[in-house]
Amino acid sequence: MENLKKILEEKTTDLNNDAINWPDSGGHFGNYGGCYVPEILMHPLEELTTAYQKAQKDPEFINELKHLLKAYVGRPTPLFLAQRLTEYIGGAKIYLKREDLNHTGAHKINNALGQILLARRMGKKRIIAETGAGQHGVATATVCALMNTQCRVYMGTEDMRRQSLNVFRMRLLGAEVVGVDAGSRTLKDAINEALRDWVTNINTTYYLLGSALGPHPYPQMVRDFQAIIGQEARAQILELEGSLPNLLIACVGGGSNAIGLFSEFLKDSNVEMVGVEAGGRGKELGEHAARFHFAGGGRPGVLQGTFSYVLQDLDGQIAATHSISAGLDYPAIGPEHAYLHDSERVSYVTASDNEALEAFQLLAKLEGILPALESSHAVAYAIKAAARLSKNQVVVVNLSGRGDKDVHTVADVLGVEL
Amino acid sequence: MNRIAKKFQALNKTERKALIPYITAGDPDLAATEALILKMAECGADIIELGVPFSDPMADGPVIQRATERALTKGTKLIDILDLVSRVRKVSQVPIVLFSYFNPLLQFGLEKLAKKAAEVGIDGVLVTDLSPEEAGNFLSILCRYNLDMIFLLAPTSSDERIAKVTKLARGFIYAVSRTGITGIQQTLSDTVVELVLRIRKHSNLPIAVGFGISSREQVKEVCCYADGAIVGSRIVAEIEACKDQTQLLEKIGSLIQELASD
Ligand SMILES: Cc1ncc(COP(=O)(O)O)c(C=O)c1O
Repeated sequence: MENLKKILEEKTTDLNNDAINWPDSGGHFGNYGGCYVPEILMHPLEELTTAYQKAQKDPEFINELKHLLKAYVGRPTPLFLAQRLTEYIGGAKIYLKREDLNHTGAHKINNALGQILLARRMGKKRIIAETGAGQHGVATATVCALMNTQCRVYMGTEDMRRQSLNVFRMRLLGAEVVGVDAGSRTLKDAINEALRDWVTNINTTYYLLGSALGPHPYPQMVRDFQAIIGQEARAQILELEGSLPNLLIACVGGGSNAIGLFSEFLKDSNVEMVGVEAGGRGKELGEHAARFHFAGGGRPGVLQGTFSYVLQDLDGQIAATHSISAGLDYPAIGPEHAYLHDSERVSYVTASDNEALEAFQLLAKLEGILPALESSHAVAYAIKAAARLSKNQVVVVNLSGRGDKDVHTVADVLGVEL
Repeated sequence: MNRIAKKFQALNKTERKALIPYITAGDPDLAATEALILKMAECGADIIELGVPFSDPMADGPVIQRATERALTKGTKLIDILDLVSRVRKVSQVPIVLFSYFNPLLQFGLEKLAKKAAEVGIDGVLVTDLSPEEAGNFLSILCRYNLDMIFLLAPTSSDERIAKVTKLARGFIYAVSRTGITGIQQTLSDTVVELVLRIRKHSNLPIAVGFGISSREQVKEVCCYADGAIVGSRIVAEIEACKDQTQLLEKIGSLIQELASD
């Protein structure tokens, strides 16, 4: 009995130690991840991996990125104690990592900036990207304007409808926005179309993928570029509180803001982490985007270059998803999250459309902050979690973006005519 | 020796090249697919590539995307496609390669699929988005059931990759004519000749060229340097354009005859 307990304990520590070193050279996080793409893309992905590995070690690249993150994006972002929200709930202290204060209004720019510098090093003259909520598209259009690079963004027509403000922003920034009318007309379909463009124009084009998704090296690269969130937050909370937080919370679409916050803390075994998926409006397949919800159709599978949890029917056809937030409305989750889920290092929960809407309004009234509907999912769970924790405990919520883009959607749902 | 190897041997003896049409199973419905396979074989198709419809065909152009949608709307399932092949086998020995994205096969169960595929008389499997790096497990399963895994090589494949892939490949090698998605194109690129020559340095397997081949002239052109030509979108587009179902077999039959003619 004692022995077994010891072995089990050893195993968990092992997993925790492992988590820091993934992926392996093939891009695997445990069994997940990898490179499931047509042969045409294999060599270009190898080239991308090599270029990225070189850049990572090049002081010139690192310094330029650091400089732009500070001077252009406005980093570091504050870690803000949400005092009124904390008092209102009466539980743990709630800190907000203010990624909404980044230039362009979300964490997406951290990654877009890193990748555009990489694309420039690789001599690529044309950038393509996909976007769901439009935040990654805006971030990409922005860095392309900054670097004087041609930019095309694919976006599902359903997303173009609900995030029309961001469509106009991208066009103002000089990007070409191409509507995708296939499938569910959301993020997944935009990625398919971007991949088709990429295989066709492989020699000239850099695919600037926006989340910790897709084939190797994207999940690793996007995580690394977003890791600045957690690096800052860890130093900030140590300075503010003198100790590590008890709980980290982030919403999970593809998983980039979440892994960006989590990765720096994975080695801190006392820090709990929760990823919040979109619970949508129901438990049936098609009504949510909760990939870890087995009864709701989430099972390991291959979609768009990677092996991870995927919402699908019994025949392996990819399911439709629903979320009030376009950025969480995607049937697969980044492969590192699949690994962190199975190893139980991170827990995954859901927040419904309605819970997110309530959190959106509550944060606006109590803190004067309009969170993105994506981030509102994290806030919604934080409200529940903080209530269960004691006053001397600390929660850090990743406020991944600002909610201006969502004002129309919220007005619609609340029946307000603008 | 399986049906694919036998076919290439027979073609070799008569100094002929392989015509390999692709159709999406279930487009316009499975009964039509069954009849189309038999008709194509009768009219000069040497090997059939039978597509398994998948909701997210990221390597396909609009023509095959629409075929996939039609097949899925009809409720086409992998198990029914396999059953269809068993019916075909009662009357025809035309080699059949199952052409699929990985996820539908994975969810069916790789072992179960291989067993059933061997039972019904499928000869090979080509998985568009299964890179050789990730194929190990499935490859060894297919080997046990004596099924060929067909690999793709592309103009972007480095010589190192070609060396690696040709070691794993069975049946024949699918040389992708260009960087891009499936679809019809007017002129073939020169890069494919170079690709076929590069592959030849590493392998004695037959090489078939596909992607964009859509006319008899292009088939002939490709067959000057390769062992076969794969024609997909042209045939699928013809199936789509045929509004009168009673004429479908005739139409596709004469298209195959035309593509196969000297
Ligand atoms: C503000 C915001 N948060 C979160 C997300 C979800 O993406 P990820 O899970 O990659 O952070 C998005 C995506 O568009 C977003 O715009």
